[in-house]
Amino acid sequence: MKNKIISKVQLSDSIFKIEVEAPLIARSRKPGNFVMVRVGENGERIPLTIADANRDKGTITMVVQKMGVSSAKLCELNSGDCITDLVGPLGKPTKIEKVGTVLACCGGVGVAPMLPIIEAHQKVGNRVITILAARTKELVILEEEVRKFSDEVVIMTDDGSYGNKGLVTAGMEQVIARESIHECVTIGPAIMMKFCAETTRKYDIHTVASLNSIMVDGTGMCGACRVSVAGKTRFTCIDGPEFDAHQVDFDEILTRLKGYQDKEKLGNKLQEVK
Amino acid sequence: MIDKIKEQRNEAWRVELRKKLKAKDRKAIERIVIPEEDSLERIKSQRIEVNRPITFDQAQTEASRCMDCANPTCMEGCPVGINIPGFIKNIEQGDIMNAASILKETSVLPAVCGRVCPQEKQCEARCFYAEKLNLPAVAIGALERFAADYEQSNQTKSDQVNERVSNGVKIAVIGSGPSGLSFAGDMAKYGYEVTVFEALHEIGGVLKYGIPEFRLPNAVVDAEIENLKELGVQFVTNFIVGQTASIQDLKEDGFAAFYIASGAGLPRFMNIPGENANGILSSNEYLTRVNLMGADLAESDTPVMTGKNVVVIGGGNTAMDSVRTAKRLGAERAMIVYRRSQDEMPARKEEVHHAEAEGVEFLTLSNPVEYVADDNGRVSHVKIQKMELGEPDESGRRRPVSIPGSEYLLEASVVVVAVGVSPNPLMTNVMPELNSTDWGTIMVDESLQSSINDIYAGGDIVRGGASVILAMGDGRKAAKNMHEKLIGN
Ligand SMILES: Cc1cc2nc3c(=O)[nH]c(=O)nc-3n(C[C@H](O)[C@H](O)[C@H](O)COP(=O)(O)OP(=O)(O)OC[C@H]3O[C@@H](n4cnc5c(N)ncnc54)[C@H](O)[C@@H]3O)c2cc1C
Ligand SMILES: Cc1cc2nc3c(=O)[nH]c(=O)nc-3n(C[C@H](O)[C@H](O)[C@H](O)COP(=O)(O)OP(=O)(O)OC[C@H]3O[C@@H](n4cnc5c(N)ncnc54)[C@H](O)[C@@H]3O)c2cc1C
Ligand code: SF4
Ligand code: SF4
Ligand code: FES
Repeated sequence: MKNKIISKVQLSDSIFKIEVEAPLIARSRKPGNFVMVRVGENGERIPLTIADANRDKGTITMVVQKMGVSSAKLCELNSGDCITDLVGPLGKPTKIEKVGTVLACCGGVGVAPMLPIIEAHQKVGNRVITILAARTKELVILEEEVRKFSDEVVIMTDDGSYGNKGLVTAGMEQVIARESIHECVTIGPAIMMKFCAETTRKYDIHTVASLNSIMVDGTGMCGACRVSVAGKTRFTCIDGPEFDAHQVDFDEILTRLKGYQDKEKLGNKLQEVK
Repeated sequence: MIDKIKEQRNEAWRVELRKKLKAKDRKAIERIVIPEEDSLERIKSQRIEVNRPITFDQAQTEASRCMDCANPTCMEGCPVGINIPGFIKNIEQGDIMNAASILKETSVLPAVCGRVCPQEKQCEARCFYAEKLNLPAVAIGALERFAADYEQSNQTKSDQVNERVSNGVKIAVIGSGPSGLSFAGDMAKYGYEVTVFEALHEIGGVLKYGIPEFRLPNAVVDAEIENLKELGVQFVTNFIVGQTASIQDLKEDGFAAFYIASGAGLPRFMNIPGENANGILSSNEYLTRVNLMGADLAESDTPVMTGKNVVVIGGGNTAMDSVRTAKRLGAERAMIVYRRSQDEMPARKEEVHHAEAEGVEFLTLSNPVEYVADDNGRVSHVKIQKMELGEPDESGRRRPVSIPGSEYLLEASVVVVAVGVSPNPLMTNVMPELNSTDWGTIMVDESLQSSINDIYAGGDIVRGGASVILAMGDGRKAAKNMHEKLIGN
């Protein structure tokens, strides 16, 4: 049996951590890589970041948030079930260099893809400060794992129910005011990444964003994932998913993410009828 | 090979068959009109095949038109040199299984080629009827489809699948399009242990994700893949060579040689203002959503953009497939926007006629220069500039020249960009030692070997966008050369 789920842990109301057998991907994946997943014969292909991998066990871990039909289908699977299709690793790996201090800003489920990146930064000797941002306490996930790979963790919640009250950018300003940051990485909702980029632009801090475009194949074949970077059209799946955040046209991404909204709602309804 | 074909022509039954009808009487028979599904009926579904099967009698009658020429020029028009009179005369005498087995000597996918080959430019263009008599050519493609379908629908296979003796040598194929499949078939017949690796979750390459079911049903492709499985070919889907594992990893796993047939999968855009608006997609995306992911079916989770006015940019097969798909997805107006005139369209004539019958509109000598989006970022109009034909270019086609001031806005709810594809960069990106051209195609020598020993390449990744039959031909040629090299060592 292929792509068997080894374990499934619920991290919050809508977020699940899924460990799945994929020995080849576990061996070849690098921080920043993602996989394409399809559940069921009528399933859609969706991209998910490889949050962790265990070479010896031959498994990879994904952290999935229920958004619509496809992510929900995946979250409904249990240990022992198999994922219909799983392919990867895809995308260019994160560029990891010794730069000094790295500020990692993650929002929502973006924490998961950040884990392998901060782990790698720490390995090459960078000081890692991670900002974990969420709407409310319940949505702060993977805190323990984040602490393992960070020299310092700042927690921000919109409602102040945990950590400091305020948006991710407030936390960033505080850190930047206090010490010099050599590189910033941001992963989360597009709108959050946009404001992270605006913040670091003021201080001229090189910033990398991991984009979450809509994808179909994930191999460069369709162009669904195209984004404008420095005025040029690039494909997130093969040219990214990480780009210089100061060059990315986030407004275009925000619009493109809404492209299938009507259709997806229909998909949700169909699902309910069944 | 040629001697064998001559010999067969001199077999007693062939000589008899030739005498049965006078050339004059053969000439007098009218070319078969291939039956079609009614155009209003067929656009109700993506999955109704347009060309209907011909009957046994129709096939035999059409086959009897063929003169069984001593010098069959038709074969020169076929890129893989199928023994055309050989298979046609078998149809005429009623031995369809033998006809199918003659096809299989040269082509692993006759049911596919019979449907999608540009016959009118290839074999049929060189038929004696067309060249010398100025009469409609023998319907070689339709006969090829007939024989291959007959075999597929019969339990007993033609005598291709003999008990195979494995030589134990492992060969890897990268990509499961027509080129990889034909290579795999031949290598399996030579006795190798062949494994085909495919990045997607389905086998077949463009045959599955690109060419729609109304032209080439998936069942036809699957039947051909079954034949390969019976020959011992192994298929591994969801495996990207260069990412899931490298060529080096595969070597360590014991693979002795490789054939790269990774196709020309990278869609091109025109880089004009507004092109990244929602509702503007590449033909690859549009066709993949529908053909590979089944977006036309209610039970599929994959959505596809639909709308009243669908504008397709381009004039090739891909553009025709996209615009006809749009019609089937319910577009009120499905339009082709092409910068030259209809005569210059690279698409097959048959496809253009089918599209016209289905109500597709052709806006020729028109070129998009900009897209306009609504407040939600969804495309609403295409700004079109009118063109006129100027001097002929290198390809001999008259170059389109824009007419200043002729711009106007055309309403569009979906735009499909079908202006060509570039070679798939997945392999060349991770293997810099694999020499490639400025275009991104892999460089090969006459034997189709790449700059790396024991790595061969063919099909669209070497030619750029070409055709099914050329991709298949490369697969056969590479198999022959690789085999000779491996046993020579
Ligand atoms: C490289 C990459 C890595 C990713 N990694 C992860 C991950 O590790 N964990 C995770 O939970 N998600 C990740 N995503 C996002 C994930 O792919 C989407 O959430 C998923 O495709 C949604 O599918 P759906 O059918 O469940 O929801 P849909 O019904 O398709 O969408 C529901 C809502 O989400 C929005 N949406 C659609 N696609 C995306 C998208 N790609 N990103 C953000 N919003 C979207 C739509 O506007 C819609 O309103 C990643 C995306 C990319 C491109
Ligand atoms: C819409 C459309 C309509 C067409 N209509 C016609 C027609 O009517 N007649 C005709 O003759 N030709 C037609 N063509 C052209 C024809 O389909 C192609 O020339 C032919 O399919 C090329 O075959 P190929 O085997 O080289 O590559 P492809 O068919 O492109 O197959 C390549 C395969 O390799 C896989 N792959 C790529 N990289 C890797 C990797 N690293 N690891 C594993 N797998 C990989 C891809 O996923 C793909 O499945 C059409 C093309 C399109 C797009
Ligand atoms: S393979 Fe194509 S070109 Fe060759 S005989 Fe058949 S239809 Fe004609
Ligand atoms: S050239 Fe035409 S008539 Fe002659 S053998 Fe070929 S198909 Fe038959
Ligand atoms: S997802 Fe298809 S090209 Fe990137």
